[in-house]
Amino acid sequence: MSPPSRTLGRVNVVEAVDLHRTYRVTTGTIRRRSHDVEAVRGVSFSIREGELFGLLGPNGAGKTTTIKMLITLLIPTSGSAHVLGYDVVRDAARVREQVGYVFGGDKGLYERLSALDNLRYFAELYGVEPRRQRARIDELLGLVGLRGREHERVEGYSRGMRQRLHLARGLIHDPPVLFLDEPTIGVDPVGARELRALIASLTKAGKTVLLTTHYMFEADSLCDRIAVITDGAIVAQGTPQQLKAGVEQGGVVEVEVFGIDEAQVRRIEALPGVLAVTVEEQELKQLLIVQTAPGTELMHVILAQLDGASVGRISQREPTLEDAYVQLVTA
Amino acid sequence: MTRVVRVVAFGFLIHFKHLTRNPFDVMVTTIWPLVYASLAYFMFRAGSPPESLLIASIGATVMGIWSVTTVGAADAIQRQRWAGVLEVLVAAPTPFWTVLLPITIASSAIGIYSLASTLLWGRFLFGIPLELAQPIWFLVSIPPTIVSIGLLGFVMASVVVRFRAGWAVGNMFEYPVWIVTGLLIPVALLPAWAEPVSWALAPTWGMRALSDAAFSGGSPLFDIGMCVLLSAVYTLVGAVLLGRFLQSARRRATLSLT
Repeated sequence: MSPPSRTLGRVNVVEAVDLHRTYRVTTGTIRRRSHDVEAVRGVSFSIREGELFGLLGPNGAGKTTTIKMLITLLIPTSGSAHVLGYDVVRDAARVREQVGYVFGGDKGLYERLSALDNLRYFAELYGVEPRRQRARIDELLGLVGLRGREHERVEGYSRGMRQRLHLARGLIHDPPVLFLDEPTIGVDPVGARELRALIASLTKAGKTVLLTTHYMFEADSLCDRIAVITDGAIVAQGTPQQLKAGVEQGGVVEVEVFGIDEAQVRRIEALPGVLAVTVEEQELKQLLIVQTAPGTELMHVILAQLDGASVGRISQREPTLEDAYVQLVTA
Repeated sequence: MTRVVRVVAFGFLIHFKHLTRNPFDVMVTTIWPLVYASLAYFMFRAGSPPESLLIASIGATVMGIWSVTTVGAADAIQRQRWAGVLEVLVAAPTPFWTVLLPITIASSAIGIYSLASTLLWGRFLFGIPLELAQPIWFLVSIPPTIVSIGLLGFVMASVVVRFRAGWAVGNMFEYPVWIVTGLLIPVALLPAWAEPVSWALAPTWGMRALSDAAFSGGSPLFDIGMCVLLSAVYTLVGAVLLGRFLQSARRRATLSLT
């Protein structure tokens, strides 16, 4: 074990240095061929004590693989990582005592058991003192709002209730470090808001949190710092404000269009001064979002490319974290 | 040590509860061995003295426990993987062998259902009297039989942790173990090399313990002792294998489905 290093007077709780992870993929039935896929390529970052750190990236970017290396489920191909000074390969058991892992989705719980049985079982596995278990479970049920429903089988729970139970399971041993992998995915807006409030309260209670999410407003409102990962490598790192500042000199043009086609999108992408183009499908229309370079005024040129399509509301606004993210991952 | 005992005991109760809450699982466990038991009864009834039908009945019960274990133990791990729980279990600071062991013993303990159904099936359908010479020893023999067979399942289940399709291994061993451990036919009728193999397999000694208790063929104590000894060996071998397979699974990323 090496002592946790200090940055800006605060302890680095999680440190990843040049992490690599390669998977061997085999294809074919009779003539089998193998090739290596690099899921994570030289990822380095550190998370300070009490910080809520966001790891953002598209599907398959390497977020979950990175988390799984940090919580000892995967061994890095190369590089090193420490949690509270413990090496994730050599001191795996120590790391596991210090971290909680929560992931999104329906899985990860015993469906035919009650929430109480699930929590009691994981309390045993995580070494919670028998005399403390009852009080700890009751405290967590209150925290996640499941008190009164703890005797019901999990198979009857809604997605939001399951997610809250996941969080309670991850907190059962009161770990100082939490890894939350898309914890609000598929949860309804009210449930997701409650979960976000709960996550925000964790850092107030002194926990260090690594959060992955696809919801940019969530990352913007919760995270102290963010790293954007794409194709297994970190392409930007900083506070949400710093990331937004990266595109702040430019602007964003939003146009509601009825029936935009691929060719028109490609023509807009090719315009000088256009940094990124995304099309959001809405009910009967599409929302065309164009990020433009600093000092460019492209509104009329863009509209000219939409010849033939019906155009609705047009607006120009300041970039959001989502704009910064899109620019980073599509660059 | 106390912590290990607690984790294993509580894990057993939780997984037994989880398994028995699926009525279809219980139904299959109860009915499935009856098919094999019926075959055994017909075989023995055709050419053996009537008292040997009870041997067939006991053999069929151990066959049932073994079948449930061999398929169930491997399947139990696969179910943890499908349910997304396997990674959560591995991520816990508890040594993983203490987590996996009660899962396989719980799978084997479900064999209690097949034991009861097989004996009752023989009693009411084939008229086999349940006259046990040493009923107390018979009852005493059941837990070590189940635990030792469950621990043999534990050794097999360790493979499934590493290989996603490893559950097929469980099915592969079902029939050979029936034969080589003398559950269907006496081991003496098999080639000489089969006997030492049978000594290493828990169902052999479980079957002998139950038979000795049923027919007053002597004290089943030695057979029970062998079940306990083999349980210790299986635990040790399973824990070592599991440690290696788990390391390999972390290296090759086979703990999750994706």
